[in-house]
Amino acid sequence: MGISYFPHTEEDIQSMLQRIGMKSLDDLYSDVPKDFVYNEEYSLPSEMSEIEVRRKFEELQNKNSRLTVFCGCGAYDHYSPAVIPALISRSEYLTAYTPYQAEISQGTLRYIFEFQSMICELTGLECTNASMYDGATSAAESMMMMMAATKKKTRVLVSDTLLDQVKKVIGTYAKWHGVELFHIPAKDGVTDLDILSAEVAKGDVAGAILPSINKYGIVENLSGVADQLHAQKGLLSIYCDPSALAVVKTPGEYNADIACGDGQTLGIPMCYGGPYVGFLSCKKDLVRKLPGRIVGATTDVDGKRAFVLTLQAREQHIRREKANSNICSNQSLMALYVTIYMSLMGKQGMKDVNELSYGGAHYLYKELLATGKFKAVFDKPFLKEFVLSTTLPVADLQKQLLDKGIFGALQTEEGYVSFCVTEQRTKEEIDSLIEIVKSM
Amino acid sequence: MKYYDKLIFELSKKGRRGFTLPKNHWADKTSEMPKELLRGEDAELPEVSELDVVRHYTNLSNMNFGVDTGFYPLGSCTMKYNPKINEEIAALPGFNHLHPLQPDETVQGALEVYYNLNQSLAAITGMSEFTFNPFAGAHGELTGLMTMRRYHEMRGDDKRVKVIVPDSAHGTNPASAAVCGLEVVEVKSTPQGTIDIESLRPLLDDTIAGIMMTNPNTLGLFETEIKEIAELVHGCGGLLYYDGANFNPLLGKVRPGDMGFDIMHLNLHKTFSTPHGGGGPGSGPVGVAKHLADYLPNPKVRKGNDGLFHVIHNEEATGCVSAFMGNFGVLLKAYTYILMLGKENVRLVGPLATLNANYIKECLKDSYKLPIPTVCKHEFVFDGLLDKFTGVTTLDVAKRLLDYGFHAPTIYFPLLFHQAIMIEPTETESKETIDSFIDIMHKIAEEAISEPDTLRNAPHNTPVRRLDETTAAKHPLLNYRELLQS
Repeated sequence: MGISYFPHTEEDIQSMLQRIGMKSLDDLYSDVPKDFVYNEEYSLPSEMSEIEVRRKFEELQNKNSRLTVFCGCGAYDHYSPAVIPALISRSEYLTAYTPYQAEISQGTLRYIFEFQSMICELTGLECTNASMYDGATSAAESMMMMMAATKKKTRVLVSDTLLDQVKKVIGTYAKWHGVELFHIPAKDGVTDLDILSAEVAKGDVAGAILPSINKYGIVENLSGVADQLHAQKGLLSIYCDPSALAVVKTPGEYNADIACGDGQTLGIPMCYGGPYVGFLSCKKDLVRKLPGRIVGATTDVDGKRAFVLTLQAREQHIRREKANSNICSNQSLMALYVTIYMSLMGKQGMKDVNELSYGGAHYLYKELLATGKFKAVFDKPFLKEFVLSTTLPVADLQKQLLDKGIFGALQTEEGYVSFCVTEQRTKEEIDSLIEIVKSM
Repeated sequence: MKYYDKLIFELSKKGRRGFTLPKNHWADKTSEMPKELLRGEDAELPEVSELDVVRHYTNLSNMNFGVDTGFYPLGSCTMKYNPKINEEIAALPGFNHLHPLQPDETVQGALEVYYNLNQSLAAITGMSEFTFNPFAGAHGELTGLMTMRRYHEMRGDDKRVKVIVPDSAHGTNPASAAVCGLEVVEVKSTPQGTIDIESLRPLLDDTIAGIMMTNPNTLGLFETEIKEIAELVHGCGGLLYYDGANFNPLLGKVRPGDMGFDIMHLNLHKTFSTPHGGGGPGSGPVGVAKHLADYLPNPKVRKGNDGLFHVIHNEEATGCVSAFMGNFGVLLKAYTYILMLGKENVRLVGPLATLNANYIKECLKDSYKLPIPTVCKHEFVFDGLLDKFTGVTTLDVAKRLLDYGFHAPTIYFPLLFHQAIMIEPTETESKETIDSFIDIMHKIAEEAISEPDTLRNAPHNTPVRRLDETTAAKHPLLNYRELLQS
């Protein structure tokens, strides 16, 4: 056999075939109609050695440009401490399946419990599941949760200030699941809460999905929204950046029922869009509507502390078409990734990361305005991301930046360009961006 | 494996730090923000040193079992070896540092991977085009059904609100259909375990959007009447969906596109050797026949006349199912695997996986009840021990296997057999490994007679033993705060 992944020798194959009473490997497919057996050559490259494969990917990666990133919009260039890849590459984590056999999966079960606990700390809510695919799908699942929890309501409100890709995924799930959405427009860069109030008052609203920090980078003030929804037996889901929750007001403090979002900001490499990790948290009274795996603490027969997948009667493998979600595999290893990140950063480090991003972003903001080529659009508090309008031709600006290895000034909608600064950006990098702007 | 008792929170000591950030020289502080936008109390995250973190997660890992630890015959999960080169490729900085919204011209290498992997999977499956946006198998099912519904919608056919699902299907099939707003119609299996055509026939009318099939099915049996099923379903205007969870035995031998399937998903974390990661990240690409390609979700990658690769959006698409373009890092691993196999070795995957499964089945059927004795594909199902008088259950057998250093098979699924034990060895296991598994399974069958209590109380040698699942569900303790207060 050519390749090292197959351990079978010719002798093994013959003796195994003999044991099962067959003459050739082809006999194993005697149940397949002949016209369906594919005998032509596959249109694939020839086998490669590891040396050749490595060379090929070195070449491929060189066709990408490694840029200094001043863009957020749903993926953020935060630093990944060296400890994380070293630990998550341990094959005991990497090559395990979903922890169904709890007795030999306590490692996985325990980090999921820690993940749940830390996300609860950040969101201020009581229950968190073992992870979702990404932020956009977690928001869509929160929509389905709200529909399931408020049986007679027909509509879900979605703020226009959510990230565009999040709205698109919510819209796709809503269309096919049969949920009527109402888009609350933005006013001065934030969700128009007057329109929200008017819609909620109609009494048919299952819930609203609003951002904690919106697509313009603005930290929204959602005070009073939960009370209005609750008065009409509706629910509130807040889309949030878990890293930012170390400093900004939490869904729990807003008395929200659900928190959703993407954990990529917790040190996960941008990796062209994935793998990231979604999270979904809720109040305890909603836990039976929470999709996906949940880990709980218990004991074993000897009284030892142990952890186990629990409340499984919610899930697809038990409830089939009556389950409130179809999710099975999630992003478990990435949940470990961010759990290690949060452990390393700790209580203080999580705040410090935000301070560095905040400080750098506000420096860039002020310096861009000082060039006279940018104007403020909204006078609202932001953390690490903001939009400005510019008198410069946008395509030209982007090209000038790209030529110097900088990715920024993404045009998120007509008239605005967006910037983001994380703790990774230095003053020198920001100053060189400013110099390019000045030279235009 | 060794028991270790701590949670990271229990190592915490006020003031300890696990990571050093750059000094903060910036003038602006978050305290400038209005107070009503800031959180009141700090999140109680652990305060631990770097070494605390490293030891803690190393100790936790010692309580885990993976494919690298030992044989993992988990049915329908395809726990094959995950080559190490895959991981190194996926970690290359030239891919890892790409922002998903970077301009096309700065990500040509990444888009080439998308494009080439797409071509490779199309060649392997006989489909026309894939989307890589779905994150997992179930997400692929949902995306495939959304694509199916979009096809009917674009034809102005709004009556098709039902989807047919066999009673042996994975639980995700009916659940995905329900999330997609489809009504599930179950079709029965014959006593031989395949779809009962006579039960299928009367279900077919102009309200049927399609059928979801797993072939080979969850009993590991090839649906031999697939040709007739395809004709019947197409005849009523429905589409055929292929659940690729069980594609491994057909890899290199049979292509779903040739069997008449219109839409399918693959689990790259099963068939294409990317690691399961304790439950993800996976990847569930969805492939379709040519006439459905426009309906795949946005965004898509296309090769332009300029020879460059472009990320595009088209209006006919069924929508968006992920924020960007799926788990790109997982795609790098799967593409690496395909390149290593090449067109020569890809032919061996299915046959060797099938050989291993049939060998175990034949060697163990004198101790375990084999309800369907025909040739199987990548997996097969026993209905518990042959000797039913001992009272020893499938759960007991599974737990006893843990004592002997094997992972348990999938148990109590499919639902067709009360004591189901579903075994899938994959092609990467050697005859020696499989023989030792067979020996232990025989030994357990003997123990069931000679010392049944040893089995009922198994496992004995694992870091923890059987768990109190009832209390866990009755009084859920779902985070550290709750645990402290309990």
